[in-house]
This record gives sequence, C-alpha cells and structure tokens, in this order.
Amino acid sequence: MCAKESEIDFSKDEAMAKEKEIMESYIQKVHSARDKGRKICYTFVPGNIIEILHCFDIVPVFPEIMGLQMGMRRIGDQYIELAENEGYSDDICSYVKSSVGMFLNDNMGPYGKKVPEPDFLFLVYSQCFTFIKWWEILRKLFDCPIVTIHLPYRQHGLTTKDELKYGVKQLEEVVIPQLEEISGIKFDMDKLKEILSRSREMEEDLAWVFNTGKNRPSPVDALFQMLYYIGPINTYFRGTQEGVNFYKLVRKVVEERVAAKQGPMTPFGRLSEQRYRLAVEGAITWEHFREYSKIFFDEGGIAVASTYTKVSGFGDSSEFFHDPDRPLESIVRHNATNYGNLSLEDRVNMMEHYINDYHADGYLIGSIKSCKSFSAGQLTMLKELKDRTGMSGAFVEMDMMDPRYFSEANVRTRIDSYLRMIDEKRKEA
Amino acid sequence: MGSHEVIEKCRKVYEDMKFTYVKEWKEKTSGQAIGILPLYFPKEVIHAAGALPVELYGGGDMVDIIKGDAYYQSYICHIPRSIVDLGLSGNLDVLDGMICPLTCDVLRNFSGVWGVLFPDKHTRLFDQPQNFDPDIGGEYLISQLKEEIEVLEQKGSKITTERLNESIELYNENRRLIRNIYDMRSEKPWKIPAYELYLLMRAGNILEVSEHNQFLREYMETVGQLQRRQLDNVRVLIMGAFCEQPPLNLIRAMELAGCYIVDDDFILGNRYLDCDVEISDNPLKALSDAYLKSNVPSSSRFEGYEPKWRKLLNSVEERKTEGVIFACPSFCDPALQDIPFYQMKLDEAGIRYMSFQYAEDTSQFSLIREQIGTFTDSVKLWEN
Repeated sequence: MCAKESEIDFSKDEAMAKEKEIMESYIQKVHSARDKGRKICYTFVPGNIIEILHCFDIVPVFPEIMGLQMGMRRIGDQYIELAENEGYSDDICSYVKSSVGMFLNDNMGPYGKKVPEPDFLFLVYSQCFTFIKWWEILRKLFDCPIVTIHLPYRQHGLTTKDELKYGVKQLEEVVIPQLEEISGIKFDMDKLKEILSRSREMEEDLAWVFNTGKNRPSPVDALFQMLYYIGPINTYFRGTQEGVNFYKLVRKVVEERVAAKQGPMTPFGRLSEQRYRLAVEGAITWEHFREYSKIFFDEGGIAVASTYTKVSGFGDSSEFFHDPDRPLESIVRHNATNYGNLSLEDRVNMMEHYINDYHADGYLIGSIKSCKSFSAGQLTMLKELKDRTGMSGAFVEMDMMDPRYFSEANVRTRIDSYLRMIDEKRKEA
Repeated sequence: MGSHEVIEKCRKVYEDMKFTYVKEWKEKTSGQAIGILPLYFPKEVIHAAGALPVELYGGGDMVDIIKGDAYYQSYICHIPRSIVDLGLSGNLDVLDGMICPLTCDVLRNFSGVWGVLFPDKHTRLFDQPQNFDPDIGGEYLISQLKEEIEVLEQKGSKITTERLNESIELYNENRRLIRNIYDMRSEKPWKIPAYELYLLMRAGNILEVSEHNQFLREYMETVGQLQRRQLDNVRVLIMGAFCEQPPLNLIRAMELAGCYIVDDDFILGNRYLDCDVEISDNPLKALSDAYLKSNVPSSSRFEGYEPKWRKLLNSVEERKTEGVIFACPSFCDPALQDIPFYQMKLDEAGIRYMSFQYAEDTSQFSLIREQIGTFTDSVKLWEN
C-alpha cells in the first residue's frame, strides 16, 4: 500500500505550508514516543481532551486521521476491504473499517510506517455513538486498558448543571486517577490551567479567522482550506506554544488577505473571483478531496462558513472557548459544543446563522453514507432551512473514505444545477 | 382465555397501526400516552404518572412508507422512516409525548427530527449513562428521570414513592413472567412457536402492564394443553434484532426452515433488566441501580472489559443451542459492528452460525428461508 503523493501536492499559503510542517512533527512525536518513555493512547479528533493528555505527557494517535490520510492517499479501499473480509459490513462506518484494516495489516499506517500500538485507549464518548463501538473493537484487538468518559449530548441548546456535574465527576474520579496510574505522573491543576490558557489564545485567533468569511471576497474557504487550518488545534497542538504560534501565523496570513481583498489559496490557484458564497453542512470525501474541491473552484464557489470544520468546536463564537479559571467545567462545556454533539435544532440554528450572517447565496448539505451521526436528519435540516430562510439548498451524497460511494459526475451535476438555480433567482431579483 | 385467543388478541394489537387500544385506553382513563423508541427507558416512571407507555418498534410490513422516505436517505435504517410516516399520517396523534433513548446516532437524531415535525409535543432524548458507577452515571440517570417526572406531572398524577413502587411491582412481575416464558420456550420450543412468543412480546409494548401480565399468565397456563408435535428441528439462538424488528413472516420463515428459536434478542427493551427492581423508599435510585447492573448483552451499551461474546457463549450453553443466526437490520451500525467478534468466538468454540440482513418491511423470504434451511441441514447432517 503506497501513497500517491503527486495527487495531494496542493498549492499552499504560508500557514498551510507551516501546517504540513508541524503535523509532520507530530507524526515524529508519535514514532519517537516510546523511546522517550511517553505513553501512547488512541483517541478521537472530535471531542478529544488533549489538554488533559498533555498534563500526563501522553501522545495521542488519532485513528480518524489515519483513516482520512488513507483516503487522501487513495489507499483507503484496501484497508476497508481487509476489514470487510473479516465480516465488517459494508453498511458500517468506513473509519472503523480503516482501523480494523490497519490492525490486520500489521498496523501499517498511511505514511508507510508501522503505527505504534496503544498503551491504552481513551474513549471520549460524545457526539457519535459509533465511538463506543469502535473503541470496543479496538480494545479487543489490542487487548489493552481503556479509559472512558461519557460526555452528554447537548439536547437542550445548552449544557445543563446536571450534565456538567456528570462530566466533571468523571474527569475527577475516573479519567484523572486512571491517567495518573498509567503515566506515573501526578496531576497538576496549575499546569492544566496554563495549557487551557494557550488553548484559549488559539481559539480566539481561530474564531477571528472563521469570522472573516463574512468579508467580500472571503479571504478563507471555510471548508477545504480551513480543514488545513484546524489540523493542529484539533489534534496534538491545542494548548501548546507551537499551536499558539501557528494560529498567530494563520491570523497574520488571513489579515493580509483581508487587507489585499484576496481570496484563499486553493490547489488550483487563488480563488478571488467568488461568484457563489455558500454555507456548507456536513462532512466531505477525503478520497476525492481534490475532485470535490475542484467542482467548487471551477464554478467560483466558496464556502464562507461550514459545519464540518466545527467538529471539535471552535466556532466563530466565544461559547466554544475554554476558560482556564474553570478548567474541568470548561473542558466539559467545550466538549459538549462540538458540532456533532449539537441537537438537530442547534445545527439548523447554526446553518441559519451562517446563511444570514455570512451573506450566503445558497447552502449545500454533504451527506456521508457511512456516518449516521452527521447524516441522519439532514433531509429534515434541508426542509427546515428552506422554511426559515426561503432559500432552497443542494444535497449531495458521498462517503468520507469509501470510494465506492462517490461519483464525481453526479456530484458535479447536482452542484452545477444548484448554482444555475441561483443564477435564475438572481435574474428574477 | 385460551392461548389461541390470547395470541389473536395480541396479533390485533400488533397489527393495528391506528393504535386503537391506546385511544380507547385514553378515553377510559383520561391519562396521557407517551411513546418510547427502542431500546430502554424505565416505563415505571410513566406508568406511575397514570400514563400509558407505548413502545414503538416501527411500522414493520404493515406500513407503506410514502412520507417517511423524504426524511431519510436510502442508507439510513428503516425504523425512523416508518415512525415518521406513522406520525405524519396522523396515526401517532394519540401520543402526548415521545421519549427517544440514545440507542444509536439515528435514534439520537430522530429526537431532533421529531421535535421539528411536532414542535407542540413533548420530545425528550434519554441519554442513558455509559458510566455505570451509581454515584456518577446513576446520579445522571436519576437527574434525567426527575426532569421527565416534572413534565409528566404537569398533565398527569403526582408521582409519589408509593405510586412508583406500585408500578415497579407490576413491571417486576412482567419481567418475571417474561423470563419464565422464555425458559419454558427454551425447554420445549415445539410447545411455544417463536411467532406466538413474539406477538406476546409485541403486545406488551402497547398494553397496560397489568393487562399484559394477565395475557402472559393465561398463555402460559393454557399453551401446554395444545398437542404440538416435536420436530427434528435445530435449536438456534437469534441475535442482532435488538432495535428494528424483522417482519413476523420472517420469524415464521426461520421456524419453517427447520429452526427452534430457543433464545433471541427481539424487543430487548422488555428484558433489558435481568433482575427485579428493589422496592424501597428511593425508587428512582432502585430503577437506576437496576439499569446500571443489567447484564443483558446489548449493542447500545458500552461493554467495558466484559465483552458481549462471553454472554453469547453462556447463552449458547445454557439454552443448549446448536447454532446461532445473526439477523441484523441493514444499516444498523451498532448491531453490525458487534457481529465479527461474535463470529470469531463462535468459530473458536466450534459453534455453527449464519448471518443475513433484513429491513422491517422485507417481503421476500424465499432466499432467506433457503439459506436457513441449508444452515440447519449443515448442523444436522454434518455436525456429528
């Protein structure tokens, strides 16, 4: 299984290039962790509690990142096939199958190197029920300890006192004591507060960047480009000085583009002529990232706001920020506001806000075949958004990494038709 | 009533997608009716408010889905679309509220869909704790029950300790009767056909619990009198159908293909607690403790260090099972993700199994029957 690097060699701005550099440094940390006596855990991207892991000098591996990298390198289907041969249905989450396939392939990762096996698994159950199933499978495969926390689904449009109490108690009485035992490091609340201060700084800078999508032209593509920008904060670097420096750089780069009235850099050149401002809901195909983003570029379509880039929180609002003065409570509150953990009503509210406040010409919902957490209910969102905004949306279907469920021609036709509809509406206006 | 009459009454309740029983019960009692989706919510709390818990397991093959498909993509399981269809066609107007346990992502999001479609009705997501410490997960569970009690009391009776304990007694009896009938069936499966037991269980999703208890007692007292011949069938355990249910004719087809179903996880909500709930001066804690201690394997409950395959192997042994059939609804992530490990462990234990997927409105059974027939032949002909 080898990567086709030529297909993912995109044009990048300074911050995107830096992102590649620091994410590569993260991979090095993973591979050198054992030599340095650091423990390795497998955990999730959305809802990760990296600040707590930093307190214990633990290095996380993110199987989703492995999966999406397999997708981008177009080798995901080979891992999926390995899992399906073991009885994992084609109906289930393809990320899960990528993990099983990696295990069956001697844990060879997408970068062509064996990924270190976990010392333990860290199950942060929020926003996706499959997280439980996935980590149950990994626990049996790797036969290692598992540390678990269940953070409640935010059904009330806010985190209630009881939900906060439930989350904080688990941190205090389950997670922290178990991590102390695994790592041999005593928990230090002051250290956590320092880490959270850095997280907060990064979050404020990132939120500022997200908000620039309101400009004309938008200096950022809130989906395809922001997926690069959110890499460090959603993985290892939240709460680190490297992370703080990175988001200062992102902010500087975007500030320069705002001043110059420039659009973002894309793999196909700069997108300054923005004919269609779109709010985008849902995840994307990693396997056909390039083709999917090219459809937008060819039409002058830009995502001025997107929900997928909020899977680990960090929206354009201060509601998502960590608060070092209330460390544990703030971790629970933050985690509950990750996009996938929001109620359907909150998701509709967020999209409505994006359509109105980011002055979108239209909106698109990307539905992922094997991700029920995102997909179930999206057709209701489509209907509800039309009722609220008076605007119809587009609906496209794909999978995050299973190539069997992406047809470029079909997706292009749907998006083209939708944009022509926007043209007609403009003429009528 | 004789067993035949009981089953015919159960069938009527099961097939009635207009929920006439619920309407009549409401007229008679002026109580509320609260819908519950799979898998588990303590019905005692609803019952203690003088309300009727109505467990919804979809429309099966009795509903032609017309409106529901517009709300779900083709790759989402069937049960939410048939319930939406029932709702939009007015059949669920009889319900005063809806409780959606967080059984999976689809049912979690269903709570939002239902809330959008029926904004004037009470809808709750029941986020059952996946932490099983009474002081942590237990407290969280109780806090959710208290919230629900507040809502129920607005239109119903005050939920006192005494009333809750009375309801717990009735449901304890219900669970005991169900455990008994499952044991009876396992002992002499030719006496209790799977489709009859299934209808009895499905009726229990709708009927007021005392009435269901009466049905169960009368069935058990009389079914033994029927002359039913023992066939050379294979004793199988069915697994995978914990939420979206197979159509009744599919269960029949399994039996006709040469199986005696000696255990199953159909309508698991009725058997989610495997012991009595304690009668105490703190009934909410008692309900919570029973949930936390439940040892029933379920795809919607975090297994921790106690893998579900051990429980499966125990059941296989206890029920003297000769084979296992994995019957899972298509697109059901939780059930389908459990299957490979089950199969691996059955392989290691030398126990035969087969699997297939279905939807609640599957109507073509010939292929499945053929496959099961081949499976039972393989067990009978080649096992020894």
